[in-house]
Amino acid sequence: MQYVLKKTGVLIATLLLVSLFAFLAFEIIPGDPTTMLLGSDYTPERAEALRESMGLNRNVFVRYLSWLGAFLCGDMGTSYSYAMPVHEVLRGKVGVTAVLSVMSWVLVTALSLPLGVALVRYQSKPFGKIGVSVNQILMAVPPFFLGILLTYLFGLLLKVFTPGKFIPFEQSVPRCLGYLFFPALAISIPKAAKTVKLLRSAILSEMKRDYVLTAYSHGNSRWMVIKHHVFRNALLPVVTYLAMSLADIVASSIIVEQVFVVPGLGRLLVASISNRDYPVALCIVVMIASVVVVMNYLADILTQTIDPRVRLS
Amino acid sequence: MINIKDRNFRIGAGITLVMLLIILIGLIWTPYDPNAMNAAEKMTAPGLRHPLGTDNFGRDIFSRVVQGTGATFLIALCSVSIGLLVGLLVGGLTGYYGGWIDEVLMRLNDSITAFPSLLLALVLIAVFHTGKYNIILALGIIFIPTFARIVRMEVARQKSLDYVANAKLMGVKSMRILFVHIMPNILPVLLSTIAIGFNNAVLAEASMSYLGLGVQPPDPSLGRMLNEAQAYLSRAPWYALSVGLAIILLVLGFGLLSEGLGGESHA
Repeated sequence: MQYVLKKTGVLIATLLLVSLFAFLAFEIIPGDPTTMLLGSDYTPERAEALRESMGLNRNVFVRYLSWLGAFLCGDMGTSYSYAMPVHEVLRGKVGVTAVLSVMSWVLVTALSLPLGVALVRYQSKPFGKIGVSVNQILMAVPPFFLGILLTYLFGLLLKVFTPGKFIPFEQSVPRCLGYLFFPALAISIPKAAKTVKLLRSAILSEMKRDYVLTAYSHGNSRWMVIKHHVFRNALLPVVTYLAMSLADIVASSIIVEQVFVVPGLGRLLVASISNRDYPVALCIVVMIASVVVVMNYLADILTQTIDPRVRLS
Repeated sequence: MINIKDRNFRIGAGITLVMLLIILIGLIWTPYDPNAMNAAEKMTAPGLRHPLGTDNFGRDIFSRVVQGTGATFLIALCSVSIGLLVGLLVGGLTGYYGGWIDEVLMRLNDSITAFPSLLLALVLIAVFHTGKYNIILALGIIFIPTFARIVRMEVARQKSLDYVANAKLMGVKSMRILFVHIMPNILPVLLSTIAIGFNNAVLAEASMSYLGLGVQPPDPSLGRMLNEAQAYLSRAPWYALSVGLAIILLVLGFGLLSEGLGGESHA
């Protein structure tokens, strides 16, 4: 319990630090937002009046606190380029990225657990030997390049989906999920390859333990030993890794959304940085970073719940 | 420390050396001028005249990939150097002297590494704006915490060893102990971190330039070329494939090298 409290304290401090860092980063960007907002209507007097009404003349920490207060209440400011509240701009995008990320995560788990075990089970067979090398190569494939390959293979050659033609949820849920399957695959294959490698080496190092010898002496076959004794113990580091990997997945989705033209948070973030629409960019950065920090916190708690040994150290 | 017989190390070093050789030759000679357009040979498939085909302007893709690989490698080299040098300084000083600055910097380090590096790169690019030098600076800053953490840990470990106590007894100044006595000893541990740094730098540069937030035209880079190639995917798939393959080979080479040098596999 004390561990959880301590971790929660660190979590809140980290969240504040992360939001302050992001706020300050967008604060020191050279240039004045009023120039952009006023456009051709720019006069020094109007700019001054606008600056006053936006509160830009106040001290930076006062502004941070008022921004944070408003952010927590759901008021995220006004977008420069869309001239509407940021939460309106974000509407619908959060859901798309969330679905894409969860789907990728499920795929990583579904692919890596059986494959990791299979690579150990058939270690001395051609499948195991080739599999390890293929896995090593897949780890090095960047998700966005894999996305381009999948677009070519399934989009252009096999015509399973139309690249760039995203189908929104409102139109058809199954077809939307069908379109998101390919970006999810692009995100999850390299991640799954890393998980497979981790699981495989965890099982192999677990096989050297004494209890494995005992299990063999009871007449178990190698596969029985792996299935009933080793797998559960080898799973521990993998569970932590999988819990932490949701953060990485959200980050890769930023770029893979670009490949498949998925209208999610990532595409909006890249567009808002290119267009210097900083209120939107700041909001998305803080949201993604918070999800990452919270996920890592939950992973920590999860690890110590399932493995009491961590609590002692 | 370096196990030459290690399979990962051998394959990784092999791939990296071949890529470096191609980059070096590419500095002096490429089969065609990477920027020479040829209207008569637009989007020709790979063949004898053009080993990897030509792009939408009739430029030779092989020459362009060689040039782009060199540019991406140079960006990785510069950004890893920034991260390494600042990391050595910060990690060395905090590891050797400790104290409250050490505590504060390490907490800061932890909260920065909690960010996914791509997100951090995006924020820094929003601050610095796009371009070749800004992406080097942004990536360099991102690498500082990793190097600082490892250097700090190693310096703190070495500090308590006998040879340091010996040097102190002989009256060697602490700055000299740190930079002349300790630093050479932590180099072997740093090698695998440097290799993984290159791995991450290549990926990050390619990602950022692919998003249009990294290297800008007319500067070459693998990420930017992949972005261009995607538009011609249906008519010239070999363009995207060649560029992607170059990225994979760089990443694979450095990744295996890092594992072979005894590093943790990339997370």
